[in-house]
Amino acid sequence: MERKEAKDRNAIISEINGPVIKVRHARSFSMNEMVVIGEEELLGEVIEIFGDQATVQVYEDTTGLKPGLFVQGQGLPLFAELGPGIVGHIFDGTQKPLSAMYRDSGPFIRVGKTAVALDRDKAWYFKPQILSGTKIMGGQMIGVVQETDRIAHRVMIPPNLNGRLMEIVPEGLYTVAEKIAAIEDEKGEVHEIKLYQKWPVRQIRPYQKRILPDKPLFTGQRVIDFFFPLAKGGTAAIPGGFGTGKTITQHQLSKWADANIIVYIGCGERGNEMAGVLLDFPNLPDPITGRPLIERTIFIANTSDMAVAAREASIYTGITIAEYYRDMGYHVALMADSTSRWAEALREIAGRLEEMPAEEGFPAYLATRLAQFYERAGVVITHGGETGSVSIIGAVSPPGSDFSEPVTQHTKRYVSTFWALDKELAGARYFPAVNYLNSYSGYVEAVAQWWQRKAGLDWVKLRNQALTILKEDARLMNIVKLIGEDALPDDQKVVFHGAQLIKENFLQQSAFDPIDTYSAAEKQVVMLQIIMKFIERMQDTVVAHRIPVYRIMELPILEELGRMKVRYKGDDLEPFKKILNRLEEQFDDLFKRET
Amino acid sequence: MTVGSGLQYIGLFRVQGPLVFVKGVKDVGFGEIAEVVTLEGKTRLGRVLSISDELAIIEVFEGTVGLSAINTKVRFLGRPFEYRVSAEEVLGRVFDGLGRPLDGGPPPIAGKARNINGMPVNPVARAYPQDFIQTGISAIDAMNSLVRGQKLPIFSGSGLPHAHFAAQIVRQSSLLEAGKKFAIVFAAMGTKHEEVQFFRKDFEESGSLKKVVMFLNLADDPSIERLITPRIALTVAEYLAFEENMHVLVILTDMTNYCEALREVAASKGEIPSRKGYPGYLYSDLASIYERAGRITNIGGSITQIPILTMPDDDITHPIPDLTGYITEGQIVLDRGLFQKGIYPPINVLPSLSRLMSDGIGADRTREDHQNLSSQLYAFYAQAKRVERLASIIGEEDLTARDRLFLKFSNEFERKFINQGAYENRTIFETLDRGWELAMILPTRDFTRVQPEEIKKYGSKAAVDADPGYGDPENGKPEHENEAGKWKD
Repeated sequence: MERKEAKDRNAIISEINGPVIKVRHARSFSMNEMVVIGEEELLGEVIEIFGDQATVQVYEDTTGLKPGLFVQGQGLPLFAELGPGIVGHIFDGTQKPLSAMYRDSGPFIRVGKTAVALDRDKAWYFKPQILSGTKIMGGQMIGVVQETDRIAHRVMIPPNLNGRLMEIVPEGLYTVAEKIAAIEDEKGEVHEIKLYQKWPVRQIRPYQKRILPDKPLFTGQRVIDFFFPLAKGGTAAIPGGFGTGKTITQHQLSKWADANIIVYIGCGERGNEMAGVLLDFPNLPDPITGRPLIERTIFIANTSDMAVAAREASIYTGITIAEYYRDMGYHVALMADSTSRWAEALREIAGRLEEMPAEEGFPAYLATRLAQFYERAGVVITHGGETGSVSIIGAVSPPGSDFSEPVTQHTKRYVSTFWALDKELAGARYFPAVNYLNSYSGYVEAVAQWWQRKAGLDWVKLRNQALTILKEDARLMNIVKLIGEDALPDDQKVVFHGAQLIKENFLQQSAFDPIDTYSAAEKQVVMLQIIMKFIERMQDTVVAHRIPVYRIMELPILEELGRMKVRYKGDDLEPFKKILNRLEEQFDDLFKRET
Repeated sequence: MTVGSGLQYIGLFRVQGPLVFVKGVKDVGFGEIAEVVTLEGKTRLGRVLSISDELAIIEVFEGTVGLSAINTKVRFLGRPFEYRVSAEEVLGRVFDGLGRPLDGGPPPIAGKARNINGMPVNPVARAYPQDFIQTGISAIDAMNSLVRGQKLPIFSGSGLPHAHFAAQIVRQSSLLEAGKKFAIVFAAMGTKHEEVQFFRKDFEESGSLKKVVMFLNLADDPSIERLITPRIALTVAEYLAFEENMHVLVILTDMTNYCEALREVAASKGEIPSRKGYPGYLYSDLASIYERAGRITNIGGSITQIPILTMPDDDITHPIPDLTGYITEGQIVLDRGLFQKGIYPPINVLPSLSRLMSDGIGADRTREDHQNLSSQLYAFYAQAKRVERLASIIGEEDLTARDRLFLKFSNEFERKFINQGAYENRTIFETLDRGWELAMILPTRDFTRVQPEEIKKYGSKAAVDADPGYGDPENGKPEHENEAGKWKD
């Protein structure tokens, strides 16, 4: 971050308690103001003011700090630098550039001053798209920088600035620090415009108006898209104990979701996991454009061994960046893994402040903070008149897989889609371990039309038919557990085997199989149609014609049903149509043989 | 008054549990080390936990017993806890929980003084762990593969043979072979004398003692010392791995004792507890230990961590195993039921997991069928366990023929695959072939996770190679009876 020159050295540390320090003579500080501490310039934020004392949370390790060290206010709240040079890069929770830090100071993270978030030396090719002299509004686009091969970075004037464009530079190479335009505001004051702007991370970026989500955030993951869809601009939570596949699901979504920009926040998670993502993403092609995924991805990494207060900030830094790209008219998907670690950081700071705890030691404002975060998702009409969206997918790590704990419960209140991960399914290596009984989506109606157009059939009906079988099966499972499957009457056996087909051949999806890892919408529809046709014919054969279930279970078509997900990509639906034909034939044959 | 770089204060304001409070201090830093000198002139080490203008709170590692308010002296050393490391001075040595020699040798003095808290690793600098370590134990190699730079804890219970099991991993890990430089760093926290003796003897017998560094805080040693022991051990490990380019295996036993020491200090300080009285920062604190495993780009060495913890009352949802599982890259869960059946090692593979497995195995690393076979064995075993539950209600007699096959699979899988001798070292290929042999107990139509080509290539071979008497007793029965229970969950 850029810091102010030293001038006021009155404020001094009076107490240090882990990541929280108390500062004396701090009358000039304001709430949420950024401060730097001592000669090393550790970064902190004011979180409480009492008389001439202030409490500061420090975003770095405080070991070695002493009472008496000076603390300087920066006159600015904690902000993010927004401009070209974000996409494809990795930052820590306060937007320190981790690659530059590695280059400058080696593999370990040292405290204190570092490089600024956006590279000041890199020149970008800026193309102006507006003439000087024009009247201009906050958020309006004035030109473009090609940030990566697939992201055109629309350079906008800051949202709260209106006036007349005095001058704008000609097309050419400019660094983010150079002036590219000047604006005279209504009061006659002249403002310099650069390729980047600063924005306080805890403040939502303004827009013209919000609109209701109506398109799915398509992910290629069958259980999500087909059964529990998320809409662009919607919110989802993935709760699950350790080992249930939260992180793999988040990775799958960041790989395959049809968003323009992905913001991936590794919040208090494993360092090796981030290393894995950083190894994968530059090589993986995007299913839509074929370009490396890294060209649309932004990483915020505050691993569990990094400072705890910066973990708290990482969520806000991430969402601010997401909103900035939304303002350019992009669809942004934000993954936060894991919001529980963020909540724990809140709890840790609150504990050090000796605040009165609510449930399980969490502060009473946990729910409010969660709401403020998830409410920053949405589809909006931007000030520039574009439609953009931010979708939020938050992983939750409930202690002991107990969903009744406060973070899961409060999160449930503010998200519309809930993908509950199940420990037992994960134990059997049944992935994605999304429990289809506890999960739900509030966007089924919103995306129904999209599916209708895509599939040319009543998607809601097909989905409901399949869900009904799954739910009926869950009820039967309780009986089967007690008396065995043989005791079921034939029509219930059909449900039982039918549900099995849906589970094994449709819901189960391998993230590691090159074909199965992504399922196009058309493939999803045709696969489930085939399975539902099988169940329908089975129902008919067993119930109406008294042919035993095991005869049907011997049909060779079952093997094809089992392998279709890994065999055909779905860009050509012909093989699926053939399977459907063979399915009908084999039932017809069976019927002839048996009657 | 001045001693070293710090000042000396006489008299304590307050003593509470493991904490002492000193008033009127000046120029003392957060996290600094203090020497507390008793009336008899003995020195105890402590660390500054909280500091304000007038008051310093110090946790005393060796306890506060016998400290008097008037005559105790406190010296602040003006630096955090540091440890000097050089390869010649630590390998083959035994130290106490604070890094002081127990073997009669000199304390390490050469080498740079290093802050034992270490520094967070920049995630950009991490090299993703992908090198398979063959432990020779089937349940690990096939089902939960360990890779170099991973942190894979053992979740155990009181009385379960985690020590034997950990020793076997150390003994057999091919980490130790191939002419590569390796070292073992062993940190005991509140561990029983017996257990430490056992490890020592085992290192000695396998001839690796010269490559071992031991830091011992035993069950009867001061409990607060345990907060330091793993950090010294990992400081040594980081030096050996990242400066001497060695492959280091770190055993931390028992993390439960460590967490209890942390709770003791938090409670004395009057902090607001979260679950079961543990402090709210238990996750961050554990992460500061576990995250010190891994590899770094362009550096040859690696740190592989095997922390051992005993789950209180075998409860995996207890905060210690729970938070550990959220930080580590998987877990190996030992099971009392299997132990009572006489299965060694009693690994319950269903809740066990290795997160780094999928990238460490496969055609170039182990064998092409590894991932799918492992997944298939998981699916079969999970199904078999459901059948077992059913059988316990309706009796084995009433099971379908197919279900009986699953019962047979479960039984054989535990006896022939999971079970192995403490000195039995299986290659990964032996392990995989054995897996195929057992999988073939079930009809190939039930193989939903492997490719038909894989069955042809590996499965049929296993079936042919298998002992003739070990075939499928249900084969003689009419087809439909065998198939009646198919597609069942």
